Amino acid sequence: MDIELRGITKRFGEVVANSGVNLQIKAGEVLGLLGENGAGKSTMMNVLSGLYRPDEGEIVIDGKPVQFDGPGDGIRAGIGMVHQHFMLVPVFTVAENVVLGVEPTGPFDSLDLKTARKQVREINETYGLEVDPDALIENLPVGIQQRVEIIKVLFREADVLIFDEPTAVLTPQEVTDFFKIVRALKDAGKALVFITHKLHEILEIADRINVLRAGQIVGECLPGEKTDIELAEMMVGRPVNLEVEKKPYAPGEVLLDVKDLTILREDDSLAVDDVSFSVRRNEVVGIAGVQGNGQSALVEALAGVHRVAGGTISFEGKDITRTSARARHKMGFAHIPEDRLKNGVVTNFTIAENMVLNSYYDERYSKGVSMDWNAVNEHAAEYAAAFDVRTPSIFETLNHLSGGNQQKMVVAREMSRDTQLMIAAHPTRGLDVGSIEYIHSRLMHARDEGDAVLIVSSELDEVIALSDRILVMFKGRIVAEFGAGGRPVDKNDIGLAMAGATL
Amino acid sequence: MAMDAVASPSSNRKLDTSALRQSKITGAILLFLALITALIFAQVEGGDAVFRLSRPTDTWALPNLVVPAGPFNWVAVAILTFLGVRQWMSKTGKGASLALGLGFAIFIAAFLVWATAGKAFSLTGMLQATMVRAVPIAMGGLAGVLSERVAVVNIGIEGILLSGAFTGALVGSLLGNWIGLIAAILVGGMFGFILAALVVTYRVDQIIAGVVINLFVLGLTSYVSSQVFSEYRFLNNAPVFRAINIPILSDIPVIGPMFFQQNIFVYGALIMVAAATYYLFYTKHGLHARSVGEHPQAADTLGINVYRVRYVHVIMGGMVAGFGGAFLTLGLVGRFDDNMTNGRGFIGLAAMIFGRWHPVGALMAALIFGFADSLQQKMALLQTPIPSEFLAMAPYIATIVVVAGIVGRSRMPAADGKPYIKE
Repeated sequence: MDIELRGITKRFGEVVANSGVNLQIKAGEVLGLLGENGAGKSTMMNVLSGLYRPDEGEIVIDGKPVQFDGPGDGIRAGIGMVHQHFMLVPVFTVAENVVLGVEPTGPFDSLDLKTARKQVREINETYGLEVDPDALIENLPVGIQQRVEIIKVLFREADVLIFDEPTAVLTPQEVTDFFKIVRALKDAGKALVFITHKLHEILEIADRINVLRAGQIVGECLPGEKTDIELAEMMVGRPVNLEVEKKPYAPGEVLLDVKDLTILREDDSLAVDDVSFSVRRNEVVGIAGVQGNGQSALVEALAGVHRVAGGTISFEGKDITRTSARARHKMGFAHIPEDRLKNGVVTNFTIAENMVLNSYYDERYSKGVSMDWNAVNEHAAEYAAAFDVRTPSIFETLNHLSGGNQQKMVVAREMSRDTQLMIAAHPTRGLDVGSIEYIHSRLMHARDEGDAVLIVSSELDEVIALSDRILVMFKGRIVAEFGAGGRPVDKNDIGLAMAGATL
Repeated sequence: MAMDAVASPSSNRKLDTSALRQSKITGAILLFLALITALIFAQVEGGDAVFRLSRPTDTWALPNLVVPAGPFNWVAVAILTFLGVRQWMSKTGKGASLALGLGFAIFIAAFLVWATAGKAFSLTGMLQATMVRAVPIAMGGLAGVLSERVAVVNIGIEGILLSGAFTGALVGSLLGNWIGLIAAILVGGMFGFILAALVVTYRVDQIIAGVVINLFVLGLTSYVSSQVFSEYRFLNNAPVFRAINIPILSDIPVIGPMFFQQNIFVYGALIMVAAATYYLFYTKHGLHARSVGEHPQAADTLGINVYRVRYVHVIMGGMVAGFGGAFLTLGLVGRFDDNMTNGRGFIGLAAMIFGRWHPVGALMAALIFGFADSLQQKMALLQTPIPSEFLAMAPYIATIVVVAGIVGRSRMPAADGKPYIKE
């Protein structure tokens, strides 16, 4: 099945999300769609799935123009979507999720799960997917959950599969497996669209590349024709620097020392299992690992917002295992939380208010029971400017800012004083190249100024680019160390360790 | 450095787990119950507690259960103390919930024996009353299950129960009990529709919308009953559904009177619980409903109409609550009184939580509350030294204990209480 988008334009009020987009999707081919967040990729997806109706232009399937009126129309026409955030019900089984909405039924409206299981197994065999139809989604690793999403669209007999940032949540090994599946689908004659901002992946898997910027297609090429730097510049629209500049590694004294740390989740299962490590001044320690292997709990425990079940955390030689988050903050801890919307900012507050969330009680900003808003505003304006937070004014609420500017605001707040230890969890997740460059340079600046820096990220390239030492976490334990004093930094080895292989 | 830590064994560590904390609290509660039992319930001067298991009219009679009060309660003290100390000292923290449940059962048994010492008391009668009192609570709970499974919190169940009771009495008085029952169900469904319109379509805060329904129904029915019913008494004098004995089954001692010598409301409630269980967990539409409660966006992308599913289930919930409310008038007394539900809708919601959003669980929980409710009634008759006002608190205290103990641990539908906004 071939699909053509002709001159698709979609506006939301004043904002033009897509402007005259032309696109060709062909059977047996992988189309790579490269673009930053906010370039209009998801709008285009939603037009294709029938969720949005375009203001101008048309969708042509096998030479015939079609019109989509609702979310179900895309899939009925054979266009299947694999969303970045999986559309799976965690407490249902694989089979239940696959058949949801198109269930085989027996008498009295009863669910025929036996048939459903059989059909899941058949799709499994055809494409080599290997998914247990009776497993509960919440017990499956994300790589397998993604396969369930693929089975879901195949079950609905889709001929076109659109993947939105499919590798964002996968380990390097899972990415390899995923590419195998993509190739199997391609060989079976399916048309595939691969949406991403990761340059090397698109170069590896795509047969044809389209670059989307500010709602328009700004370039088309074959993988061999352009280098990753050239593609990045097409995507961002200006020259970019993919390397991180940093001074030579010269670690100082140990600042943060973690010994035998054990952290439990709410249900008493082990999140962090007997972990020991230390971070020195002038040093960046990166923690690599697939999400859900204890990094979140570790970061929260270090920041003082998660109970420690065993072991100790010391800072400058003092035991701080049970001290409060505020006390740690006063010692010079800075914490960039992994989910800025949940734990980093109050979206309905202004930039000025958000900027003092961690220091509003300080004498500088309050007199007795009342806030000194002049001082707050002055401080906020100074740091918003210093950290390149692009906003019409500091009285703008956070929900009007892009993700990149929100994150820069968090970084500005956390660094707007004399810090000692910087804990950054996924500091650049979901950000555009420009903001990533900026935040990386700020983290490096903190390191060169004498801070100890701990970075947690599931982006292996980021961890490797920034860190002096890399610890790999798997199932709550530190299973390998790379860089100074450990194994030589090797992307493949780190990927293997992340997947739990013993090196 | 890090590498040595990985090599070291991770067993035999003393960890500060929440199970251990839970276990300590459980132990303390059990020891406290043991103390009360020892200081109050065990201080009886002789006398046996006589529990009647059969009534003179029963086909097969069981002999009375005679319990020597003092010795029984000292044994209870011993068991409670043992359980308490065991939980307090426990190294694994396992079995806390089980020990707590067992402890409360023993405590209540000791209380019953103490209150009955030297007297006689019909256990079968109390169990039958338990079932009767559980029905409106179970229906409130089932209504809650139906709407919360599609992620709509229905605080208005209290008001809907009351509206069912009122409609049953009014329409029943005029047109007979069957039409009264149908009218009560329809009025319940209408309030369900109003709630759904408010929270699904207009996205009014779910708690506020429910509270508004409660206040509206309470105000309206109280006004009519004080201004109209007091003048025209024939409007509030409905025929009551009589008990129907199920052949053979109703002759089984203890179980028979509880389950098989009841009126159509009790049978209807049991059938509805069974039907709802089958519907929610074994049918296609039940799967749709649960997916809407867990992940509405996923359901939407798969072509399930989230709004329609929510409307349908909230209306069904309203109808179930209307049925449960009608029981209070058409199934029991035949007349409506001001605020006669008296919080049963809220207790029904507690039953839903305690029952983990499962129809059968909600029924079981409702039976516990019904037991507490009938217990306080019977205790008032036995003339215990405890003031009747305190006894009347029993169902509510049971609610607090149960909800406080369980809420953190049971898992509600993931999208519960959140409006769904289509992109």
